[in-house]
Amino acid sequence: MPSVVDVSRAELFKLVRRPAAWTLLAAAALLSQVFGYLIPYLSFAGDGSGPIEGASKQAILASTLPDQIVASTLGGFPVFAGALALVFGALVLGSEYGWGTVKTVLTQRPGRTTVLAGQAVALGASVAVGVLVLFVLGAVSSTAIALGQGESTAFPSVLDLLGGYGAGVAIMLMWAGLGGMLGVVLRGVALPIGLGVVWVLGVENLIAGVASSVLTALRPLRDVMPGINAGSLASAVMPTRPPGLESPPGVNSDVADGRALLTVACYVVVCLAVALWTYRRRDVA
Amino acid sequence: MTAETVVEIRDLTKRYDTVTAVDQVSLSVRRGEVYGFLGPNGAGKTTTLRMLLGLIRPTSGSLTVLGRQPGEAGVLARIGSMIEGPAFYPFLSGRANLEVVARYAGTGSARIDETLETVDLTSRGGDRFSTYSLGMKQRLGVAAALLKDPDLVVLDEPTNGLDPAGMRDMRALIRRLGDSGRTVILSSHMLGEVQQICDRVGVINAGRMVVESTVEELRGDSELVIRATPADVVRATVDQLAYVQSIRTLDDELRLRVDERHTGEVTRALVLAGVDVREVRRVDRQLEDVFFEITAKESSHA
Repeated sequence: MPSVVDVSRAELFKLVRRPAAWTLLAAAALLSQVFGYLIPYLSFAGDGSGPIEGASKQAILASTLPDQIVASTLGGFPVFAGALALVFGALVLGSEYGWGTVKTVLTQRPGRTTVLAGQAVALGASVAVGVLVLFVLGAVSSTAIALGQGESTAFPSVLDLLGGYGAGVAIMLMWAGLGGMLGVVLRGVALPIGLGVVWVLGVENLIAGVASSVLTALRPLRDVMPGINAGSLASAVMPTRPPGLESPPGVNSDVADGRALLTVACYVVVCLAVALWTYRRRDVA
Repeated sequence: MTAETVVEIRDLTKRYDTVTAVDQVSLSVRRGEVYGFLGPNGAGKTTTLRMLLGLIRPTSGSLTVLGRQPGEAGVLARIGSMIEGPAFYPFLSGRANLEVVARYAGTGSARIDETLETVDLTSRGGDRFSTYSLGMKQRLGVAAALLKDPDLVVLDEPTNGLDPAGMRDMRALIRRLGDSGRTVILSSHMLGEVQQICDRVGVINAGRMVVESTVEELRGDSELVIRATPADVVRATVDQLAYVQSIRTLDDELRLRVDERHTGEVTRALVLAGVDVREVRRVDRQLEDVFFEITAKESSHA
């Protein structure tokens, strides 16, 4: 009898052969490198522009060095990586409806709970690998810059690295989970991606902006929103920034560290539960 | 239910908000037979088959497959199916798609080559599913249905979209499945097809079971076709023949239900009545004729 592990292996077999999965990973890697390393490095190496937005060239260089890898990598999560993870989740679970393969899969052998659990495990494993790829690329770029500029190649402690990686995976799991849940509930890809991206990139920022300035009554709402908590969790594991440099956009400390982690975990669990409940009880017509 | 009954459906009903898609359908399928599930588009065939596979929950009624509830893992493991067209991953090759299905089914990939061979897709197995013609997709669907070496094969309109040669091959394949001892349920809106390959037929129309019987019973006796002029004299003449059981007009011909031994007498009566007889021949009644007769009767009662 095929188990959750067998189903997730079948899903991974599909995923590694799926061009869209690689495209998303490539986009995440490219954006991460451009905003984490290329632009800061060019700003540092550029001639005559002097200090940028109040930060010295030295501080900008420092932000690209290995000991800032957690900040450089997680810095992009609120802006683009989260949205990409949401798209990925929606693609993995929602595409099955567009292709009609839900019926193909559900008429083989495993029950619906096993199927969805296996798909969720595969989704989670892919996200964990994706975050690892971003960290490894960051390590390569930062070491190259450090060597080129004769700076320290020292990385953060293993514990700090693991903390940063773990927080990164948790944040990406949440977004992928939201995308996947929407994919199952809305039985497709287009609507979850459209709604999800509008939420991540637009609505959250709007609400956060309003709650921080003119309408503080909205703060309780702001403090349970996924993006805000992801940003707070990211900031919790980031090292002290070089002097004069602000936090990357979307990284905030609106929510206390422990609460942010708990909220992100709750989103993962709730998404799984809602998706499973829907998947189990609905007719496949 | 007996040991020989593979599928037992009793008073199965599926109701959506205002529409009753399947209305108190009862049917049974016996081990080793090729069962034709016949009806026009929208009659409720696919909905019934989806319930049989546990994809849709019935509103009421009972349904047992291989002695158990539909959708159970133990039951699904023994059923190969293709419902409402083949559904596979477009970015994977035919072979890789079968690999995915085999992993889900827990069968291992040992039978992939064999099933590709069975549906004559071996040479194209490495090509992407998205590049397949409709007929090839359909054949891959059948290959996937056979991966489990199933006891029961459920094929929903498997000849849809095939060209005449493809249809012929598909029918031969289904007949072979039946001959190899598997039970096959085949849905179709094409009567000729069902007539050629099925042992028994269930006819469904507008969600209701119309009739269930063997192909022979349903088809009944052969008919005597007469083409002769003038039509009114012909009709008046055959009306007087006591041994003619029924008469119907089809286009410019008359079709009589009459025992074969009376053929000569009918011809003689016509000639003596002075009509020009252009054609007298016997034909088997086509399922199509029976079907229209039954469904017309049904809808006139409604």
